[in-house]
Amino acid sequence: MTTTTGRAAGMGQPTATGRFGEFGGRYVPEALVPACAEVEEAFRAAWADPAFVGRYHDLLRDYAGRPTPVTECARLSEELGVRVLLKREDLTHTGSHKINNVIGQGLLTVAMGKRRVIAETGAGQHGVATATAAALLGLSCTVYMGELDMARQELNVFRMRLLGADVVAVRSGSRTLKDAVNEAMRAWVSEVDTTHYCLGSVMGPHPYPWMVRELQRVIGDEAREQCRALLGGTDPDVVVACVGGGSNAAGTFAGFVSGSARLVGVEAAGGSAVGRGVPGVLHGMRSLLLQDETGQIKEAESISAGLDYPGIGPEHAYLAGTGRAEYAAAGDDEVLDALQLLARTEGIIPALEPAHALAWLARSARDGSVPAGSTVLLTMSGRGDKDAEAVMGILGGSAARP
Amino acid sequence: MSAPSRRGVALEAALRARRDAGAKLLVTYVTGGLTPDWVDYLQVMVEAGADAVEVGLPFSDPILDGPTIQEASARALALGTTPTGVLGALAGREQPVPLVVMTYYNLVFRAGLERFAGRLVEAGVTGAIVPDIPLEESGPWEQAAAAAGVAAVLLAAPVTPDDRLAELCRRSRGFLYGVNLMGVTGERSSLSGSAAALARRMKAHTDLPVVMGFGISTPEQAAAAASDADGVVVASALVRAVLDGASVAEIGDRVGALRAALDRG
Repeated sequence: MTTTTGRAAGMGQPTATGRFGEFGGRYVPEALVPACAEVEEAFRAAWADPAFVGRYHDLLRDYAGRPTPVTECARLSEELGVRVLLKREDLTHTGSHKINNVIGQGLLTVAMGKRRVIAETGAGQHGVATATAAALLGLSCTVYMGELDMARQELNVFRMRLLGADVVAVRSGSRTLKDAVNEAMRAWVSEVDTTHYCLGSVMGPHPYPWMVRELQRVIGDEAREQCRALLGGTDPDVVVACVGGGSNAAGTFAGFVSGSARLVGVEAAGGSAVGRGVPGVLHGMRSLLLQDETGQIKEAESISAGLDYPGIGPEHAYLAGTGRAEYAAAGDDEVLDALQLLARTEGIIPALEPAHALAWLARSARDGSVPAGSTVLLTMSGRGDKDAEAVMGILGGSAARP
Repeated sequence: MSAPSRRGVALEAALRARRDAGAKLLVTYVTGGLTPDWVDYLQVMVEAGADAVEVGLPFSDPILDGPTIQEASARALALGTTPTGVLGALAGREQPVPLVVMTYYNLVFRAGLERFAGRLVEAGVTGAIVPDIPLEESGPWEQAAAAAGVAAVLLAAPVTPDDRLAELCRRSRGFLYGVNLMGVTGERSSLSGSAAALARRMKAHTDLPVVMGFGISTPEQAAAAASDADGVVVASALVRAVLDGASVAEIGDRVGALRAALDRG
């Protein structure tokens, strides 16, 4: 386990108040302060307890299917002129990296003596993962989901209900992920004694950004060793992942941040908190947020419900500020192109979220900003089944492209 | 930079004076910009016996508010309400009681803490409640508010342990806001069971006025909630009435009924 305290270049622990530089913190109502402190204390103890960590890794292996492979993409590499390796989180149980976090938080819920979890979800992947962990561990589960997202991700709503979870439609605000977080936080205040809030990304109040990154760092830790085995002991030149809140990217970067790989996070163009956001406070954290000049939060807009979030995890805001990681954006059209490119060249249909990372890679390989011959690790954070219907609706019968 | 001219009624002094004269404190609430004539609602609340009025600066993501204030905030924002507009409307009329804004931290942060506090002073607002910053994060705002002469009101919750409560009492200005229940704002059919215990703990810790809020809807609930404290905040019940079309006079009647119930004890 890595628990470095360095704050300069690495991804160590945040400060005692949960800060990554100026970002992070714990901006919650007084009523939630004891609960956040309890989660922090419980996680610190659990993460230092070999029995807890052992149980977590056992479940990731025997239940979730870890380690996930790194797949060498021969045909895509030939097409792009760079060597592409995919870290295959799409092959986990439930089909995305979200399972890593919920197994950890599910075990933590049990360790805290609680029997119930609540969660927010955007695309539905975190909701499905939470419902899955709840079923596995015998916890009751309620998932808050924006009404608009429920319509976009009908299948995931059904999956959650099949897994025994209650899905609550959130009808306030933009009826998407940010409003689902609002509603989950409101619910948590009223049942904090019995309920753990299983937040799905590296966002929210301390300790969540740090805790969720630690629970996702298995992606980067595995990938680093897999890459070194493939690349004669070296790291890839570029490590790229998509970023909504940023959990798969944070987990991936954690494995490579102390090396020399170029780290790139790719946001949705319509939800680019690093590109277009300014510092603010939302959902318990100080970070970069899309907002107007008076401080009202703006709605993100993306084809991908999972990236439809007006903020970014505070550690990403920090890494952007220090320059250790860079953040780019991809638009809906190039994302759809990239999705089809991977499907045709490798037989892998990605979720729309990691298709953003692919779109950036395709563009950057073609314009030379990722030089020909570079080695690139891309985290394939989830599989495309959930988006097939939406993508079909956009592409119609003409999915075949020149 | 010249100091802004001093306007408005100082919050703590006014509430202490009323309390020490034997009155239970009534604090009412209106969402700024809720209707084009929202200041008339504020005015009638004052005339009907409110000891202070909270003015909500609507925020897009009010995580501590229930459906009523969410709806009011969304409606006000849809009407184009901005903090500048609300404060400008307040600046136009001097009030005989203290005005307190209630909002979320991002609006304060975005404006800049000092600048935001300065705008409150210019509008004659003498207190501010920002419920999404706990003690660990509120220091900079407390300092900026104090420097400008605005009382930064802090909130205690039923789960607040005694050591934190002592710290809240030490740092809160104007009054100490007791959150009656573990939950969000909104009307409730009965008073929370956690209210009286929290009120008594707060009173044991401080001589500041202790005002209870969240879920106080009716005159009977107001009187009951005030019995262990110095007063109450009534917000969602009044806002619900405005949302449902209550006239200014009807809101005046409701506030008058709350006043009468508190005066009866």
